[in-house]
Amino acid sequence: MTVSAAAAPSGLQIHPMDQFKISPLFGNGDVTWWTPTNATLWMVLAVVCVVVMMVMGTSRRAIVPNRSQSIAEMAYGFVYKMVEDVAGKDAVGFFPYIMTLFMFIVFSNFLGLIPMSFTTTSHIAVTAVLAMLVFLTVTIVGFVKNGTAFLGLFWVSSAPLALRPVLALIEVISYFVRPLSHSIRLAGNVMAGHAVIKVFAGFAGVMGIGAILPISAIVAVYALEVLVAFIQAYVFTILTCVYLKDALHPSH
Amino acid sequence: MSNTTETATDASHGATETAHGAVDAAHEAASGGLPQLDFSTFGNQIFWLALALIAIFFVLSKVALPRIASVLAERRGTITNDIAAAEDLKVKAQEAEEAYNQALADARVEAAKIVADAKADIQADLDVAIAKADADITAKAAESEAAIAEIRAGAEAAVKDVAKDTAKEIIAAMGGKADARSVTSAVTARMKG
Repeated sequence: MTVSAAAAPSGLQIHPMDQFKISPLFGNGDVTWWTPTNATLWMVLAVVCVVVMMVMGTSRRAIVPNRSQSIAEMAYGFVYKMVEDVAGKDAVGFFPYIMTLFMFIVFSNFLGLIPMSFTTTSHIAVTAVLAMLVFLTVTIVGFVKNGTAFLGLFWVSSAPLALRPVLALIEVISYFVRPLSHSIRLAGNVMAGHAVIKVFAGFAGVMGIGAILPISAIVAVYALEVLVAFIQAYVFTILTCVYLKDALHPSH
Repeated sequence: MSNTTETATDASHGATETAHGAVDAAHEAASGGLPQLDFSTFGNQIFWLALALIAIFFVLSKVALPRIASVLAERRGTITNDIAAAEDLKVKAQEAEEAYNQALADARVEAAKIVADAKADIQADLDVAIAKADADITAKAAESEAAIAEIRAGAEAAVKDVAKDTAKEIIAAMGGKADARSVTSAVTARMKG
């Protein structure tokens, strides 16, 4: 690959996007579809974290849980309640699927906050796959469960008849924009925060004693990013539940 | 990109030369642009992402989630059982208290009865003793009265005799001749008066 440093002549050199580069873990070859890359490493680490938290943490199966089991149970209860409350009681069959999405996103986001790490959810390829999975699931489940009645989702029967075709057009567009907004919201939020931190870090490198300003800014942005890491995972999951509710109960 | 890798990828990808050209162009664009829009890495990311998601899904749905669900159900059952057991014990404690109070009341009644019985017994004994004593006293009094009457009768006879004798002596002394029958009748008359 021709990843030249593109050496600027002098002074301020900030490459906020370098942290998102995908490169092979071993050697400098091409990135083929199976090459283990830094993205692979951090995805595997996310899987390992999920296993540690959800399987090893609960291995005691205690009636009175210890700390790690409490955390696993809290995560379980958090997502289960979300599915039940937002998508409805008949959606609990999708709970393992939604839990998978939530756990992957939340661990990817938090692992990405470790300095020098790689954030898999900052890549549109990853979030687009996640969003397309949700979109396809919702669409297929909607048609399988409701047949053509699922199309009633686009036909707002509570609106005046004259307005309905216009609303139907808007509804159809918004339906197909869902996977786009769903994926870009997550990747965009994560990427922006990381890039901003990198930019401030670049300033800090050349400001000498004045670096205290960008460093305090980094602290503030980092705190915000911790919040964003969880909130974006939560938003992605709850939107999945909302879309699933549309598929199961398409009437407005 | 060097020639050797170019040929290597060409060999591995075979007939996708046109696609490869596009990937090359993307590489050129990516070196200055967003790594996120470097489409050459998409296949790689999607492949590993699919593996990661499948791994998480199986770990969660086969191991973690059923385990947590069973633990939560077990805990709920234990709590429900414990509360029920506590209710049971509470009811039992109340019953025990009631039984205790009942036993106490019974004992009180029993004690009162025993006291009353004892009192009645003692009263009966007392009554019998008093009656016996009364009877004894009456008998003794009657006896005494009889004795007194006897003594009195004895005394009266003696007095009569003494009076007769004295009257005869007095009459004799006075020179008269005492008629025994008239003296006796006179003395008897006097004694009656």
